[in-house]
Amino acid sequence: MASLKKHKSQEMGLHDEVLTGRTQQVFFNPEESENFFYHDAYDVDFNKRTEIDAKNLDCREINDKIKNMMSKGYGTIVIKNPGSKHSVGVGILNKLNLIVDGSLGYFGIGSVDGPTVRISGRVGWSCAENMMAGKVVVEKNAGSCFGAAIRGGDLICKGSVGARSGIDMKGGTIIVGGDAGAFTGFMMQRGRIVILGDVGPNLGDSLYDGTIFVGGSIKSLGADAVEAEMTDLDVAWLKRKLKVSEIDKKVDFKKMTKIVSGKKLWNYDNLEPTERKGAI
Amino acid sequence: MCGIAGIIHKGKSTNVGGEMQKMLQSLKHRGPDSTGYALYGDGESNNYILRFKVGENVKEGSSAVMEDASIYETRKDEVNKKIEEAGAKIHKQAQITPYSFRYVISYKGDLLDLAKLIESVEMTEILSLGKSLELIKDIGDAAVVADNYGLNKFNGTHGIGHTRMATESGVDIRSAHPYWAYPFSDVSVVHNGQLTNYWNNRRTLEKKGMRFMSSCDSELIAVYLADKIRNGVELEDAMRGSLEDLDGVFTYLVATKDKLGMAKDHMAAKPMVLYESKDLVALASEEVAIRTVLPKEIDTYDPYEGEVKVWQA
Repeated sequence: MASLKKHKSQEMGLHDEVLTGRTQQVFFNPEESENFFYHDAYDVDFNKRTEIDAKNLDCREINDKIKNMMSKGYGTIVIKNPGSKHSVGVGILNKLNLIVDGSLGYFGIGSVDGPTVRISGRVGWSCAENMMAGKVVVEKNAGSCFGAAIRGGDLICKGSVGARSGIDMKGGTIIVGGDAGAFTGFMMQRGRIVILGDVGPNLGDSLYDGTIFVGGSIKSLGADAVEAEMTDLDVAWLKRKLKVSEIDKKVDFKKMTKIVSGKKLWNYDNLEPTERKGAI
Repeated sequence: MCGIAGIIHKGKSTNVGGEMQKMLQSLKHRGPDSTGYALYGDGESNNYILRFKVGENVKEGSSAVMEDASIYETRKDEVNKKIEEAGAKIHKQAQITPYSFRYVISYKGDLLDLAKLIESVEMTEILSLGKSLELIKDIGDAAVVADNYGLNKFNGTHGIGHTRMATESGVDIRSAHPYWAYPFSDVSVVHNGQLTNYWNNRRTLEKKGMRFMSSCDSELIAVYLADKIRNGVELEDAMRGSLEDLDGVFTYLVATKDKLGMAKDHMAAKPMVLYESKDLVALASEEVAIRTVLPKEIDTYDPYEGEVKVWQA
């Protein structure tokens, strides 16, 4: 933690938020870029494009075909007729430009590290669960548990999302153009969530760390979630991030609400019984 | 886990049996133990359609026993006598499976009296009694049940259905969904989830004289709604009340003669995907079910926590 200030990413204006305590901060270092590829990753060319018709394929066959196409050097893959099938596009540990022409079911684009994914339709529960890095853009709505336990990357939904978005999130950014359901950011540990619309009850319940920005109304805050002051740095970050997210919505960033952890539950195990009562 | 699905056509009667079969078959992975349909047809003029069973179809975990089929005929004759005793008249009768029957009857008295008489016959359970509702449930996937009961050509305006993964009780018909909201004609319920204050509510309702046929927690929703309706509460208000009175995680669908509704608990812990157009509403635990009847790209969404919605046929 002592060498935090020396990171290149901070010199570039990123990661000014300095956390204390148990949270591990591993920042991107441009000088170590070669370490960001898996040893068995495929060398793909984004200009080499192909299509997969998923109409008569099950999820395993679709995922096998994606892998097969990457092994042949295809860097842009379009999935046609996905038909809201489950578990499509999971486990991609590669740079890849994946375009889903339609909607996905549950657990789509889960456990990925590196791809850029664009979904023209909607996604079901647990989209991009456990994502390590990359960018996923959903043009329409998403189900519950959007971005559950993501470690990094940008996850964007231009529509509305269900309950428990960003549950157990450990890094990265989730941006939602519409509304979000109950328990958004539940037990979040790091990263940022941006909801431009309204949010349901128990926002940020039991969050350990991280930041949630809300543009609309908040039905209620969860245990240990507290409002914090918006800073110029927050506004600058939001402006930049919203531009990257491609969400075409006019937002008065200064009027957004910032929610952080009250950190009363943060070291819950070490509290005296009377203190525990106060924490919850 | 269980899968639930429903579809309602606004102002149009169509092959709702075939549609529900496709939707439920695509949810088979959510519940392979039994499948049930509550289909709302064009009816038999002013007569009641009575669906009942005089025995059980049994698999693992059930406390019921599989009996010799010869007993079913005797029980059916006893049911016929009870129907006559109640002052009802049988117009049509069909034996669908060895233990399952569909009757068309005319009756002008209190449905509760008629139901009590029929169910006084050993092992007999009314699955549905209504002017448009036909409730069918049995062990097996959606295709098997639809084939056995001839549901693929069923015409109607709406229907709800359920694929069951048995968690709270054994694998048999009495624990399968949907549940008829006894003794109200044309009200049925399917549920995905668990109710944690089942016994408290059951005891309270039983003291009020409400009847439970199974030990499946889902039946509580049907009985709860029936009790509210009995006391003059509108369906939608009764559904809103259920969100406060029932503990646990649940999403359920309820249908009446001309309406279909959904309710989702305050935690939004159980899934529901919804598609709505000016012609129809389709909803299911997973979008793949909706895609079986609407294969084109469609805009769907998840209803939020604590939401209650009702649509008119």
